[in-house]
Amino acid sequence: MTKKELLKINDLHVSFFTPAGEIKAVNGLSYELAESEVLGIVGESGSGKSVSVNALMGIIQSPGKLTAGSIEFNGIVINEMSEKQLQKVRGRDIAMIFQDPMTSLNPVYTIGNQLRETIKKHTNLKGTKATERAMEMLRFVGINNPEQRIKQYPHELSGGMRQRVMIAMAMCCQPKLLIADEPTTALDVTIQAQIIDLMKSLRNESDSSIIMITHDLGVVSDICDNVIVMYAGRVVERGTVDDIFYRTGHPYTRGLLECLPRLDNDEQGTLTAITGSPVDLMDLPAGCSFAARCKHCRRICMKESPPEFVLNEDKIHTAACWLHTIPKGGASI
Amino acid sequence: MESQTEIIRKKIKKYAKPFRFNLDPEDLLPVPPGERAGDTQVRESISYWKDAARRFKKNKVAMVSFTVIILIILFALIGPYFSSFTYSQQIRGSEKLSPCLTHPFGTDALGRDMLVRVMIGTRLSLLIGVISAVIVLIIGSIYGSISGFFAGKVDNIMMRIADIVYSLPTILVIILLQIALKEPIGKLFPDSTLGSSVISIYIAFALVYWVSMARMVRGQVLLLKQNEYVMAAKAMGASNITIIRRHLIPNSIGTIIVSTLFQVPNAIFLEAFLGFVGLGPSAPLASLGSLASDALSGLQSSPHLVFFPALFICLLVLAFNQFGDGLRDALDPRLKK
Amino acid sequence: MSKLLEVKHLKKNFPIKMGFGKRKYVSAIEDVSFYINRGETLGLVGESGCGKSTLGRTVLRLHEPTDGQIIFDGVDITKVNMREYRKRMQIVFQDPYSSLDPRMTVGDIVSEPLTVQKKSLSKARIREIVMEQMEIVGLNTEQMNRYPHEFSGGQRQRISLARALTIKPEFIVCDEPVSALDVSIQAQVINMLIELQQRLGLTYLFIAHDLAVVRHISSRIGVMYLGNLVEVTASKDLYKNPLHPYTQTLLSAIPIPDPKVSRNSKRIILQGDVPSPIDPPSGCRFRTRCPYTREKCAMEKPRSTEVTSGHFCACHKVSDGWD
Repeated sequence: MTKKELLKINDLHVSFFTPAGEIKAVNGLSYELAESEVLGIVGESGSGKSVSVNALMGIIQSPGKLTAGSIEFNGIVINEMSEKQLQKVRGRDIAMIFQDPMTSLNPVYTIGNQLRETIKKHTNLKGTKATERAMEMLRFVGINNPEQRIKQYPHELSGGMRQRVMIAMAMCCQPKLLIADEPTTALDVTIQAQIIDLMKSLRNESDSSIIMITHDLGVVSDICDNVIVMYAGRVVERGTVDDIFYRTGHPYTRGLLECLPRLDNDEQGTLTAITGSPVDLMDLPAGCSFAARCKHCRRICMKESPPEFVLNEDKIHTAACWLHTIPKGGASI
Repeated sequence: MESQTEIIRKKIKKYAKPFRFNLDPEDLLPVPPGERAGDTQVRESISYWKDAARRFKKNKVAMVSFTVIILIILFALIGPYFSSFTYSQQIRGSEKLSPCLTHPFGTDALGRDMLVRVMIGTRLSLLIGVISAVIVLIIGSIYGSISGFFAGKVDNIMMRIADIVYSLPTILVIILLQIALKEPIGKLFPDSTLGSSVISIYIAFALVYWVSMARMVRGQVLLLKQNEYVMAAKAMGASNITIIRRHLIPNSIGTIIVSTLFQVPNAIFLEAFLGFVGLGPSAPLASLGSLASDALSGLQSSPHLVFFPALFICLLVLAFNQFGDGLRDALDPRLKK
Repeated sequence: MSKLLEVKHLKKNFPIKMGFGKRKYVSAIEDVSFYINRGETLGLVGESGCGKSTLGRTVLRLHEPTDGQIIFDGVDITKVNMREYRKRMQIVFQDPYSSLDPRMTVGDIVSEPLTVQKKSLSKARIREIVMEQMEIVGLNTEQMNRYPHEFSGGQRQRISLARALTIKPEFIVCDEPVSALDVSIQAQVINMLIELQQRLGLTYLFIAHDLAVVRHISSRIGVMYLGNLVEVTASKDLYKNPLHPYTQTLLSAIPIPDPKVSRNSKRIILQGDVPSPIDPPSGCRFRTRCPYTREKCAMEKPRSTEVTSGHFCACHKVSDGWD
């Protein structure tokens, strides 16, 4: 049974027009998201993962601009919407939580105040009903004494607590889509485990889809159903979590997996690192953006950017690499 | 023995389906690492000052102010050589003339050409402004950097002293200092063309206004101290003085320059005030303030005598303030990434 | 194997300005003892607030220890003039942006230790040394006159490392040197650190919060919690046989990048947050979150005991044999 499609990104291009030149942050990004799906977007700095979701929410600031492509949410094209229309969508249908809980909450208002504001804006609850809902949400995210917490200010809470409040704020209007932009990167490992646990229960208990942006492949393997790997503003590989980890189709993904030190083995000594550094987005090379760092680089890779090759019949697993024109025995990723 | 390329070529011929994409099998040959597009990680070198200069040039108000300052300086320094009059020359019969061709700014009650007098006045005001600012710079930055660097009790005591100095009624103190210092300085520098009153203005000003500079520098130092390169320097065995000298002061230069620039209009304005209340340079020397003061009695009949000095005070203060503002924006450190 | 560094009962408090009345302290390091053999890497892990960074800096006397001994190559350096020792012990920091003075060129930065230590060398000789150092860490020597902001994060860490190595130290404290870098660059820098250790015979104190990275590079690992060293053992041993409840929680919390493993792993989720170091719990500082806590934990501070050879643990449950 195929799930209903919730989000569709079509050939998205986003650039930043700075005095030094045009930074091409996103270069032809396309993907779909179904209801109740958890999609992981993996990439390093400069991959365009954060920029692409900011474009989704319509919060790209100048000098950034969406230069091409479309974003369809629930069948409606949203990238052309006015600010007013977008404000109705944001918060109610699409909610976002950010990396740094320190700066995402306003320090001069209490938690209760900020929660109530969101609730009042997007639902028709008022007064005590809104407060009750706020406390309900705090309990939902695992905060034990909401009556006390609701009167506190952000600086009185720890990082993990603040992130939970962020999630509560995001979920209070039961959005169809929750975007989490590196939500655990700034947190300690034990707190990260708590938050991931919370997000798993969110997935199980609500109908929301989740887009999880991260550079941590451990987090991805823990919570995501499907994954897209981004490099230099494009998708280089997409598939289910098992596809990506066990049937890796792209040299970059393989490189990422190999360069991670693993806790569960005894290996020491040098890691298999990816040579070179991330590509300069102002000066994208012709051909495959990963060519300069790839140990399998072929002549065609320098000339033309590879299309996404389908790696299985169900069309879920694809990889953008010319090596896939040499099936079975000719080359291995 | 076949070369690596040959082996791969054979494999490609055997397995590849390149024709679907109209690929030439040759295209699938590997590229050795040396031939790939270089991954240039470093962009063109832009030094901090060049970058700041670029930003400054874009700011029109700042550029205009800068030009005005340069013009006024030229006016004050070179102008008098082009005039046929000197500032003390009294021309009988030409008293209180309105502006005309021979005397573009008119003449004063004693028949002296106002244009030259304004030029000389500006010279003096500028001199006072700049020298006072430099003295404040030196005292303030040394005091502020020591206080900020050592923090703790030392900082506490030093800042409380500064607070006390700051809370003294400034004008009163300057006037008193000026009167008190006039004689001793007159004895120390008997032949000074500037006159003891002017030198005492420098000292009085510096003694009172160093506080805001010290606070500014202290703030910068406290901020910069948190950077890890300071700790790295300590780990190398650098002494405290070395750290202040090599790391803290160079990185505060932007703030220091801007603060110093803002002191100049303060000093000029203050000097104008002092001159206005009669504590300025002794005749026939004039500063802009004393010129305005002298002319006050004849305000109704000869307004031009007040107008031109006042105009120049305004221009100087405005221009330096805008220049300082523009410079501060240009030097704003945003050098990350 | 000789001990290059030995730390005994180190303590560090930071006073907080509280105005009038009772003075309050942040107890950053309560009572830490460990040793590092020459040529070895001791990894130090823990979460934020555990005091690992403070420990790294205190060992170098960048913070003055409140109490305890730091014995470097047989000499207690807590009370001596550090000038001689600064040459032998260096540090690399986490933040590639604030660890380099933005007004100095790379050449100046790398040669700074020489100028500071007042080695009277000619300009040409200094230049030579800078080029050597840059080559050792894999930087292009032509970029000697460029400024830090023109380099990427990974390259800046290399510059920091080059600076640390200029005066040929024996011991380097690596304070989270790769945490701020992208994963693919992390691997490059880790490889460089490992290679340099083998080539130059360096001894490292490697501080990080990423246990996988630490396990990879260290021969022994110490786990810290709220100012105490709760467990120290060989890297291989730590994963296979963690004794302290906190270590066990830490290990189970780390997501393994392997879906089959992730799906089957049982997480021990700790409740609550880390207590404040200003007002830490009495007795064992971990007791407020420990699943095995008993009365004794609140009354008595657990002492570090050698459970098996080289494996130390500070826990009542372990030393008293509760189950």
